[in-house]
Amino acid sequence: MIYLDNSSTTKPCKEAVEAIVSALSEDFGNPSSLHRLGITSESIITSARKSVASALGCDVSSVYFTSGATESNNTVVFGVAEGLGKRKKRIVTTSVEHPSVAEPISKLEKAGFEVIRVSPDENGEITAESIVAAVDENTCLVSCMYVNNETGYILPIAEAFAKIKRLYPETVTHCDCVQAFMKIPVNPKSLHADAVSLSAHKIHGPKGIGALYVAKGTKIKPFIVGGGQEKGFRSGTESVPLIAGFGAAVDKLSPTVSGRLETVSGLKAHLVSAVRQLEGITVNSSDKCLPYVVSISVPNIKSETALHFLEQYEIYVSSGSACSRGKKSSVLKEFKIPDKLIDSTIRISMCAENTPQELDELVSRLALAQEKLVKIR
Amino acid sequence: MKEIILAKYGEIALKGLNKNTFEDVLIKNIKRRLSDLEGVKYHSAQSTLYVETAPEDTDTALERLKKVFGIAKLCKAAVSEKDFEDISKVAILYAEDALSEAKTFKVDAKRADKHFPMTSPEIMRELGGRLLSSYPHLEVDVHNPDVTVTVEIREENAYIHAKKIDGAGGMPVGSSGRALLLLSGGLDSPVAGYMMAKRGVHISAIHFEAPPYTSERARMKVERLAVKMAEYCGMINFMCVPFTEIQEKIREHCPEELFTIIMRRIMMEVAQRLAVQKDLSALVTGESIAQVASQTMAAMVCTDAVCRMPVFRPCIGMDKIEIIEIARKIGTYDISIEPYEDCCTVFTPRHPKTKPVLADVEAAQALYDFEPLIQKAVEETKAYTLHAEK
Repeated sequence: MIYLDNSSTTKPCKEAVEAIVSALSEDFGNPSSLHRLGITSESIITSARKSVASALGCDVSSVYFTSGATESNNTVVFGVAEGLGKRKKRIVTTSVEHPSVAEPISKLEKAGFEVIRVSPDENGEITAESIVAAVDENTCLVSCMYVNNETGYILPIAEAFAKIKRLYPETVTHCDCVQAFMKIPVNPKSLHADAVSLSAHKIHGPKGIGALYVAKGTKIKPFIVGGGQEKGFRSGTESVPLIAGFGAAVDKLSPTVSGRLETVSGLKAHLVSAVRQLEGITVNSSDKCLPYVVSISVPNIKSETALHFLEQYEIYVSSGSACSRGKKSSVLKEFKIPDKLIDSTIRISMCAENTPQELDELVSRLALAQEKLVKIR
Repeated sequence: MKEIILAKYGEIALKGLNKNTFEDVLIKNIKRRLSDLEGVKYHSAQSTLYVETAPEDTDTALERLKKVFGIAKLCKAAVSEKDFEDISKVAILYAEDALSEAKTFKVDAKRADKHFPMTSPEIMRELGGRLLSSYPHLEVDVHNPDVTVTVEIREENAYIHAKKIDGAGGMPVGSSGRALLLLSGGLDSPVAGYMMAKRGVHISAIHFEAPPYTSERARMKVERLAVKMAEYCGMINFMCVPFTEIQEKIREHCPEELFTIIMRRIMMEVAQRLAVQKDLSALVTGESIAQVASQTMAAMVCTDAVCRMPVFRPCIGMDKIEIIEIARKIGTYDISIEPYEDCCTVFTPRHPKTKPVLADVEAAQALYDFEPLIQKAVEETKAYTLHAEK
């Protein structure tokens, strides 16, 4: 099997699986229980929280566990709207966000908020200036992703958020860092982000768990209320096994961020030069993009057909993004990629364990696809 | 109060000497549909099947029986002792729902057990009186009542019912032969299968898949359609034909504007060979005249030219809206509209020929020898059975 769909999800690492199994089979206590079993579970959470906090370079008290990035993003959008949003009615975001940010914001738009969606310019670039220019005194929230999930495009978050926080200190800055975390340094302070969303299953951890960083003093109302877990910010008995798996994955990946980035940059260079040998292929991810994601278009072959063709050889890629299954990607359109190419786009998303040989295999199968598959017009 | 279900046979009650054959098929279908419910008892008399289930299963059984063809009417009935006092007591209680909403009523009595001391007219008169004094707002109307309270005196018990609901009608599946339905993933073909099953035809389904142009999810969608249809059609023999190579060769060798029509002809050819193998005597399609380019009359002339068995097209005279209405009723609509590529859409020509001439089509198809590929497709077809979800 050649797995090249790591932006959809990753294979959980051995360390994460072991931590999960152990927390499921032995340390199964409720962290809120007063007895020893409960205390053991609580300490597992504490240690995972430390791991995430140290990876972010932040205080442990700023890290909250959630059921995943979708919940983290919903929490920020609705939680800010309910607080600062009572006075300030503008929200600034981009037109290339993940649906878990875009949809909650659209919902608020229907409820009366003014929403500014910053689009890439004619070169497919989003500049810090264009984001800053959209913000005004009346803006409660700016929410922009760090790395785009379909192309790997890196947004100028630090530059934009620094200016915004200087001009409008009250405005909450939120960054969805799902595709960046453990791939490039993610430090909320350097990003000038008041809130940061993370997901475990994109970093070789389990599905169903994520985190939200909230800077001290930032007012976000809780999204899920109940038993008062996570200091009342996120109720619900903590999923100790998933949190343990998340922590283990962070511990494993944290020391190797720069080393892996170098490895994957090499892989991307290898892939791009190999794929350029094929006739008519367009690489949609520029050199400025995060090398983990490479979006390409294979002319005259539908994305889904190419995907299923590769699947026959146990090579797994994605068409656009896995989250918008069956739908045409509006994000690629926003990045100014022509319609005809969007229909033929496949996303190759790598991890450091992939090898140049695997990529060679992919490219030779793509060549075979070009030769064998009947072309669409 | 103990309840049972009465299933009244439809059209088959009117059949002559072979009525028993139809009845046997219906009862077999009903038993199969309820086979997972424990301790169900059946008793058949006078074109009615008495179905007695555990009390907690009665509603489930009723829902399933609503989808069994051959049943005209269904009702739940209360069971009472064969004693007039008990009958009146049960009737007053049991008919409350129906009678409190009604203005007029009548009582009907059927006395199968002639040892019962009262005659049918006596039962009607007496029970009518009792009901009137319990529900004084009612008036008797023997010609056109809002509600008919029926009492049936049988060997073991008396049964009282007041609310009849419509059954699925039609003929018992399997009593009118077996046919092979060409099932795509669209709206029309499941409806076509439903309509044939309604007339008693047992449906097998054939699906053409073209990986990698179509996906595993597309096939799974069609399987889910068949599973849904099975609620009405009974168990479905499902066949999945690998069709990629044939489509690629048509595309390579034949004129683009005739792609769909040649593909349809080859599909019919593959389908009828499999039908013969499986002892099925006709083909069924979801075509509706003039709906798309391949469904013009001229196009159908060209497809039917290869067919050596009847091709039934029960949707032929229906508008899309009518087809959708049935699709919603039988629960296939929501599955059909899921957006996966199917074998018909992948290679669709830009300008298909709407008035193809048979000689031209035959000449175009002769440009390539499809016979070896047709044989291969037939051989490599995977067949399995799909059942309704319990």
